[in-house]
Parts: sequence; structure tokens; C-alpha cells
Amino acid sequence: MGAVEQLYIGLFDTGILLVALTESLQRIVIGFSLAVIIGGILGILLGVSKIADETLGSLVIALQSVPSIVWLPIALIVFQGGAGAIYFVVILGGTWAMTLNIRMGIKNVQPILIRAARTMGYNHTELIWRVMLPASIPSALTGARLAWAFGWRALMAAELIGRGGLGRTLMDARDFFNMDLVVAIMIIISIIGLIVEYFFFSKIERKVLSRWGLAKAS
Amino acid sequence: MERVVIEEVEKTFPNKEKDGSFTVFKDISLTVNPGEFVSLLGPSGCGKSTLLNIVAGLDQSSAGEVKVGDKKIKGPGSDRGVVFQEAALMPWLNVLENVTFALRKKMKKEEAKKHAEKYLKLVHLSKFMHSYPHELSGGMKQRVSIARALSMDPAVLLMDEPFGALDEQTRMMLHREVQFIWQETQKTILFVTHNIRESILLSDRIVLMGTRPGGIRKIFTVDLPRPRKPSSPEFIKLEEEIMSILAGEIEKVMKEEMGDDFNSKKASLLYGTDRNMGNHI
Repeated sequence: MGAVEQLYIGLFDTGILLVALTESLQRIVIGFSLAVIIGGILGILLGVSKIADETLGSLVIALQSVPSIVWLPIALIVFQGGAGAIYFVVILGGTWAMTLNIRMGIKNVQPILIRAARTMGYNHTELIWRVMLPASIPSALTGARLAWAFGWRALMAAELIGRGGLGRTLMDARDFFNMDLVVAIMIIISIIGLIVEYFFFSKIERKVLSRWGLAKAS
Repeated sequence: MERVVIEEVEKTFPNKEKDGSFTVFKDISLTVNPGEFVSLLGPSGCGKSTLLNIVAGLDQSSAGEVKVGDKKIKGPGSDRGVVFQEAALMPWLNVLENVTFALRKKMKKEEAKKHAEKYLKLVHLSKFMHSYPHELSGGMKQRVSIARALSMDPAVLLMDEPFGALDEQTRMMLHREVQFIWQETQKTILFVTHNIRESILLSDRIVLMGTRPGGIRKIFTVDLPRPRKPSSPEFIKLEEEIMSILAGEIEKVMKEEMGDDFNSKKASLLYGTDRNMGNHI
């Protein structure tokens, strides 16, 4: 019950949780968006160009296997302890999942669709935009979902060490032995996960999968 | 409507392991007259689909050239509409958008839409214009694919075993539909099939192809009035004539695939499995 009380106080009375929550959300939204954009562009490049895939492809796989929080010490030095370090870690956390999924999506486009489009006079660049990209939307969605999950975990870990946001507040609460507040913050973190899953990804996924004919529309 | 001229076309695949190479067919020459319906018939592996793909521009020939009208073929283009065995519809577009997809290179959105609607009506799919491909049956998808190819108003329609993956009833219905479309649009059609009956039913001429060495075995002119009845004596006579040549070709293919295992008498085993039953009582 103490946690619920702390939730109420933190959100509506002193407002420390509200401030921390806003800061964390701002970081994840910006970080996630950039991860999707950068990862998307890189993924398209790897999917379309064989040379890029053979040179950068294994590098991406190597980078992907490094948990992004490992970058924090270097990032803190490079960004001189600024907020940039946390953004860097969040973006890095999400980018590779996005890249690899888009790449897979483009590689797995049914060749018959490309052949059919070629008989209609589409050239190589048009094929990428009109056939390969739309056909890889379902995998891009999986990529975005993973990018969110990795980014969110990276953010929490980075905030525990860095500053600001829910993670830092969690550490502060521990320093004051306020375990009720610690639990309250954990509740907030899991609720955000639930909201994003049910009100964002699930909805988009259901729409995309039914339209692409990959699942029966319920 | 254009004439298709295939001149001494050869297709050879280089073999990397051995020094030799594999020639699918060579010296194929064939002229398809404007408005004519020609079938390419042959056993699997004779290269009939490869020949069609060369005409479509999706495959390169190793030698010789193909002309549509006066134009030499260098790559795929919208003057040749292709219908594949699979419908190859874009799953994220609805039926109408799938047809306009073929037209957006040529015309404005509104014009393309009107054009597409006209051709969807021709294949009797007006009711399903806003459905997505996964909501359609196999036959309906194939009809969309035909409408898409026709809507570009190609000089030639190339069909690569378009009904091979469909069930018998749907295929019969689509045969009727293709004849109707052919009479309506007067297109030149090159049609690949392995079904003798289908080729007799639909075409003006049947080009029978064989393997080892790949090439044209014989060209039959089908001189029967339409609509053709598979039960008529002339139909059956032609069917048997084609079958007698094709059977030899099929046997060659089987021998090639199975090596020494193949024995054309094997089929008779089916009737002789009881040879040990009760023999020694």
C-alpha cells in the first residue's frame, strides 16, 4: 500500500515522479524515433546493396551482440556527461534490431513480385520504393518492436548510472531507503510497457498483418 | 496487336563444376502472327517457360533475337503483359490498386482508376474491387492478374502456365473466360502449358517442344471450330496424335531424372503384385 501512496504523492503532490516520467518518456520517444530512422536507412542499404551487405553486414551483427549499455562509459566521456550520452545509448540499443529486421524483410521479398513489377516497366529504384519497401513493412514492424524493447531497457540502465529520469529517481529512492518509492517506480515502468504494447504495437500490428494477409483479421 | 518473331534463339547455362555447359534449347525459330493464340506444349525441362521468359525480357537468350513488332527485345517492358503461374499480386494493395499499379507509370491516378475498372469488369470482378488478395480464391487472383496484364494494353499477352495451380472446375471456367477475353480484345497470346487438352481447347497453333536436344518437335494447326468440345472425334484424334509424340519425350525426361532406375515397364508392376499369393500352397 505504501507504493500506491508514494505513486500518488510523486505524481500529484510533489511531482517528482511526474518530472522524472516526462524526462524518461521524452528520451525514449526521441531515441526510439532516431533508432527507427537510422536503423531503417541502414537496413534498406544492406538489403538493397550487395556490396554494403558484405562489408557492413558482419559489422552490424558484431555491434548488435554488444549490449548498448556497455557504450555508456565511452559515451559519458565523449559527451562530457551530458544528456547526449543517454540518447546515444538508447539509439544504439534500438538501431541494430531495426537494421537487421528491415534487411531481412527486403531480402525475403518474393522474387515473383519483383519479376511481375519488372514486366510493368518498373526500374530498379522504383522497385525498391514501390515493391521491396512495402513488402517489408511487416518485418519493419517487428524491428520497431524490438528497437523499442531494447531502447527502453538501455534507457533504464543508462539512467541508473547517468542522471535524470525514472532510473535516477529509482537510485535516489534507494539511497534514502524509500523502498515504497522504488516499487512505485517499478510499477510505472511496467505500466508504460503495457500501454505501449497494447495501445501502440498491438494495434498497428493487427492492422498491418490483416492487410498483408498474414493473419486473419479478428 | 503485334507479330512476335523468335529467331534462332538459344539458351545455354554455363556449368561451373564441369567445364561443359548445359544447352536447354537452340535454334528455335517461331513466328506468332498478330491476333494469334499459340501454345507452347512440352514436358517439364524442355525450356518452354524459359522461352516465354526470354520473350518477356526477364531472361537473356544466349544467342538469337526476339522481336515484337519491329522492336528487338532487350529487357522487360509494358508492351508485353505477363501472367505467371502464381498471381503475383502485391498483398498490401487491394484489387483495384493492384491493377492501377501496372498503369501508374503511364497515366494519372484518376485515368488509371477508370481504366482499371474497365478491365476488372472484363474479368467479372467489379464486386471485389476493394478486397485484398488474401480474401480472394486462387481463380479470382489469377483473373486479377490477367486484368492487370491486359490493362497495360500490351501488344502481346504472355501466359506462363496460368492455370496450372488451380483446381479442375476453376480451370474450366477460366478457359472459357480466356477465350472470351481473347475474342474481345483480339490480343496476340503466347501460352505455356503442359496440358494437352488445354492447348487444343484454346489455341490456333500448338508448338510441341522436346528435350535432349531441346527444340521444337512439331507444330500442329488446330482447325476446329470454337467453342471446341473435348469429346468430339477430331479433338480426341489430335489429342492422341500429340500424346504419342509427347510420351516419347516424357520417357526421355524420366530416364534423365531416374537414371538406371527407370523402367517403362514399372507401371505394370501395379497389376502384378499378387504374384506370390497362394502360389506355393
